[in-house]
Amino acid sequence: MQYMCLIYSGEGTGPQPDTPEIGAYMQAYGAFTEKVRADGKFVGGDALQPIATATTVSVRDGKTETMDGPFAETKEQLGGYYLLDCADLDEAIKYAAMIPTATHGRIEVRPVVVWDN
Amino acid sequence: MQLSLTPGQIIEKTVREEWGRILASLVKMLGDFQLAEDCLQDAVVSAMHHWGRNGLPNSPAAWLITTARRKAIDRLRRDKNAASKQDEISYLLDLENQTMGETETDVFPDKRLEMIFTCCHPALEEKTRVALTLRTLGGLTTEEIAGAFLDRPEAMAQRLVRAKKKISLAGIPYAIPDGDVLPERISSVLRVIYLIFNEGYSATAGDTLMRSDLSEEAIRLARIVYQLLPEETEVSGLLALMLLHDSRRFARVGEHGQMVALEEQDRSLWDSGKMREGSALLRASLPKRRLGPYQLQAAISAVHAESPHWSQTDWPQIEALYDLLYSIQPSAVVRVNQAIAVSHARCVEVGLKMLNAAGHDGRLERYQPFHAAKADLLARSGNLSEAAGCLRTAIDLTENDLECAFLQAKLEKLGGNGPHQ
Repeated sequence: MQYMCLIYSGEGTGPQPDTPEIGAYMQAYGAFTEKVRADGKFVGGDALQPIATATTVSVRDGKTETMDGPFAETKEQLGGYYLLDCADLDEAIKYAAMIPTATHGRIEVRPVVVWDN
Repeated sequence: MQLSLTPGQIIEKTVREEWGRILASLVKMLGDFQLAEDCLQDAVVSAMHHWGRNGLPNSPAAWLITTARRKAIDRLRRDKNAASKQDEISYLLDLENQTMGETETDVFPDKRLEMIFTCCHPALEEKTRVALTLRTLGGLTTEEIAGAFLDRPEAMAQRLVRAKKKISLAGIPYAIPDGDVLPERISSVLRVIYLIFNEGYSATAGDTLMRSDLSEEAIRLARIVYQLLPEETEVSGLLALMLLHDSRRFARVGEHGQMVALEEQDRSLWDSGKMREGSALLRASLPKRRLGPYQLQAAISAVHAESPHWSQTDWPQIEALYDLLYSIQPSAVVRVNQAIAVSHARCVEVGLKMLNAAGHDGRLERYQPFHAAKADLLARSGNLSEAAGCLRTAIDLTENDLECAFLQAKLEKLGGNGPHQ
């Protein structure tokens, strides 16, 4: 089964750019990506630019409306994701817990829909 | 007793006893909780019809599982996606041929442990875990579970359907967890069982008869888990704890239905069979030196069980056990109980000091037993007016009528005049 691990954290929490902690943090991400690849679990994964760069798009009555900012103004924002191929939820939870942001943010684990045909 | 059961009741009882084991095995076979439950339900309807006419078969469990499997083949064939279910159908047909003529125990392996780990999975909401465990392993009907939790049957049914959907769509495994997460997952299972027990024991609301059934059910579930995991000391610890608590069931309630405190209970009413069984479980698990909160709480309860009278209670022993419990579970709630033990083992003043220290940061402001304990200790130290104040606070925090009446009676005894506004 494929599981989408959505990485949420409050902006400004966790290691910040230009601090001594950021190096170890990025290295931990590198190591995690390497591990899921080596274990044959990696399907995809990316980090997202900060929410200041977000644009929200909707179409109403055939008219495209764009808005500055993220869709939901919540404290914790989506910062990136991993798409992993795991045997079951327990395995997905095990890997999600290894994502470095899990120690200060949260990882939402969602199974990917498998369409019949 | 047995003789007075009608055939219908015997069938009901048999189905209830076999439900969990059969359902667990069917889920394993079909890989689908909902389908397994629907097929077993179909088989039970058939059983009512056939057994009522021809009497019970030699092995009711084997009869039910074979029938349920045939119902599954029917259901899969009727499914609009029957073409995609061919594998499942031929697998079931194979099983059908293989198991012809085998004895009941060979027919299906016990998968109840896998099932309880699935039902108590931390990815499910806690109330859902409780309901699902009662439904699948305990064989209680949705109506019975709804009744016990004062929910509408439709709401409970929806909760169960959603849970089964999540299990299937999110891929919650049907397996015994790996070693590294096993301890945490066992404690989730034990917590669910203990919640069921306490729901029956402390009767926060609702029909009391139904409630005591929940305690029985929790003990039955713990016995199943104990039988499957005999080496896990906290499993036997929880079973011991529940047996020891439950041994006092009839002494806890007075002739007018009122609550009777441990201090005033008629100990001849304690169920010696349950006490012996609980103590024996503890004697077997404690030497393994893998202590945990359930074993320690059971050990505390066992000290009371072994004491012929309140005045002969071995309080130093209880204080020492609370010390150990606090070292592995450092909660303010444990401190409150420890302070009560200290007040008896040493003196009231030391107990009061400990109690006040536990409540100093205001965390226990809304915790009724804290105020009740404080009232008790203050009264014993001669400070009656402050004791009455604490009792009033405790009464305000109590939702249960029986407990309210119990505290009210204490207040009147203190001379702190009757009901207050």
